[in-house]
Amino acid sequence: MTDIATMPQPVSFGRRLKRFMADRPLIPLIILLIILVVILQILRPGIVNERWLANTAKFAIPLAILAGCQTMTMLTGGIDLSVGTVATMSAFIMATQIVNQDPTVAFLLAMLPAVLIGFVNGIGVGVFRVHPLIMTLGTSLIGTGFLQVYQRTVIASGAKIPDFLNWLGTGLTYGFPNALLLFVPVAVLIVFMLNRTGFGRLLYAVGDNERAARLSGVRYWQVITALYVLSSLLAGITGLLYIGLIKAPSLSLAEPLVLPSVAAAVIGGTSIFGGRGGYMGTIIGALILTVLTTLLTILQMPEGGRRILFGFIVLFVTAAYLRIVEDR
Amino acid sequence: MSRFFRNQGWVAGLLALLIFLFVITKLIQPGYGSGDFGSLARAVLPYAFAVAAQTVVVIAGGIDLTVAAMMALTSVTAASMMNGASEEYALFVVPFVLAMGLVLGALNGVLIVVTRVPDIVVTLATLFVLQGAALLVLGAPGGAAAEWLKASVIGTVPVPGLPDWADAWVPKALVLLVVCLFIIWIPLRRSRLGLSIYAIGSNELAAFRSGVPVARTRIIAYALSGLFAAMGGLSLTISTGIGAPIPGPYLLASVAAVVLGGVALGGGKGGLLGPIIAVFVLRLVRTDLTLLAIDPNVTAIIEGLIMVAVVMFGAFITIRGRPVGATP
Repeated sequence: MTDIATMPQPVSFGRRLKRFMADRPLIPLIILLIILVVILQILRPGIVNERWLANTAKFAIPLAILAGCQTMTMLTGGIDLSVGTVATMSAFIMATQIVNQDPTVAFLLAMLPAVLIGFVNGIGVGVFRVHPLIMTLGTSLIGTGFLQVYQRTVIASGAKIPDFLNWLGTGLTYGFPNALLLFVPVAVLIVFMLNRTGFGRLLYAVGDNERAARLSGVRYWQVITALYVLSSLLAGITGLLYIGLIKAPSLSLAEPLVLPSVAAAVIGGTSIFGGRGGYMGTIIGALILTVLTTLLTILQMPEGGRRILFGFIVLFVTAAYLRIVEDR
Repeated sequence: MSRFFRNQGWVAGLLALLIFLFVITKLIQPGYGSGDFGSLARAVLPYAFAVAAQTVVVIAGGIDLTVAAMMALTSVTAASMMNGASEEYALFVVPFVLAMGLVLGALNGVLIVVTRVPDIVVTLATLFVLQGAALLVLGAPGGAAAEWLKASVIGTVPVPGLPDWADAWVPKALVLLVVCLFIIWIPLRRSRLGLSIYAIGSNELAAFRSGVPVARTRIIAYALSGLFAAMGGLSLTISTGIGAPIPGPYLLASVAAVVLGGVALGGGKGGLLGPIIAVFVLRLVRTDLTLLAIDPNVTAIIEGLIMVAVVMFGAFITIRGRPVGATP
């Protein structure tokens, strides 16, 4: 009895839970993922099998890479809405140039617009200080315009999906999707870069307190330009992977992935205000969204309803994170 | 006094640019006449309302990313409600859609005030929601508009006392635009509420300490933005006769015209006249490009480049104009 009186003020359960979520954001995310899979299994008994797992991974991988672009840009307090257009452009150019070009040349041609758009984004955000959202939206509009003009010039030559991309996008080896061969190195690279390299630290520093970073001698515009070029390059590679998965080159190929990629990064615990977050959470966020999409498809929710749900998720999670940060 | 000159000087300069562009148009196409001016006014209509919606919020120190999605939602709502309905029913549809815009806009404001999440994130999330809602209302472009509404933007307004040739230069669309905007804007500008909107955009803390109800003013600013966007959506339905659930490029266009119109993106400065003239300038550039027989897709690229350049320029001016030592 006397013990209780001398003990420090007990911390309420809600506060402890908040602290726990803030310190280890991965655990509640994994729990959420498992709950979603269990719900899926209850709704459609037997759906969760080896084939379903491989399929989920196949569709989650392009989303996870694009969400990686959002994670990195969001760490600096930015966002990259041009990833959809960039991915579509490189996919479309690859599919049309492979017809009468050497694969290497086609690949380089496909990556060219990605680098250009990333560079323009970086200059606009880093030097001219345009808000990243407006800037990347603008470049994606311009990119779409260029793509439409380009489409006219290649209408006669047609398009085909290179066998290699086909293999990478849809193939399975021992039950594992081949896309993992691309994804694992990319993921390791991003995680390593964010946690163990100077560039990664600069991203966190710029996002956490830009003024302090500048005053400590960080060349803001160089960091931002490198970041947006990297983000665009990743988006371009995702486009190549995605065309192997979808197998139908169109002018709006990767557009539907843009909103989910933002949502995946936000769910994964990356703060949209910069300075907080990481890629592991984003990967789980992408898995959660892919499973959620399957679930919504089974429940026959239309595309519109899905978008509404994603919007609410982004808003709710951001508001919740803000509360947690303010609490500390 | 010098500030007055600078602000009005900007609008005067824009007006001179507009007249210069008209002269160029006349040189390119000697036959450019009142009919072409009428179609320019019709084309400007949705853009002008989008810009008005953005202007109110930007003056209040925020930004509204939902403008285009709000227009799409109100447009499809109006089009699907009027589809197969009687002509008189439209008398009910118009106020209903306007009220819907007002309420949804206010909801944006309430979410920003209550969650304390920055406006750019909240409106990004509601952008997803509104896009989804638009898709739920109408999955593909369709619907209809009442005949009397369609007639309200075609033709000219007979002004008593004016000769016929001058009458031909007063298109109904232009009159509708001026009436709708200024019936709201002029009383607002003269009222205490208008002053509060400028005050919270200029310096929120100072406004709060002088007794301005910051939260309420912000909500009202977003509500007005929603109302203007609903007018834009209605004008889209009226001029095309259908509703389209995928938003047009109105978001970037609205930001570009706001910047070009001399409204600082930081808030607290500028008026409505500048952005409206800026819209005419941007549209007339498009007309000129079309008259020069340039491929419409290339025109879209040039337009995008101009808009991005304007936004970059505006951001650059904002950094330069910032007092030394001010927080970014």
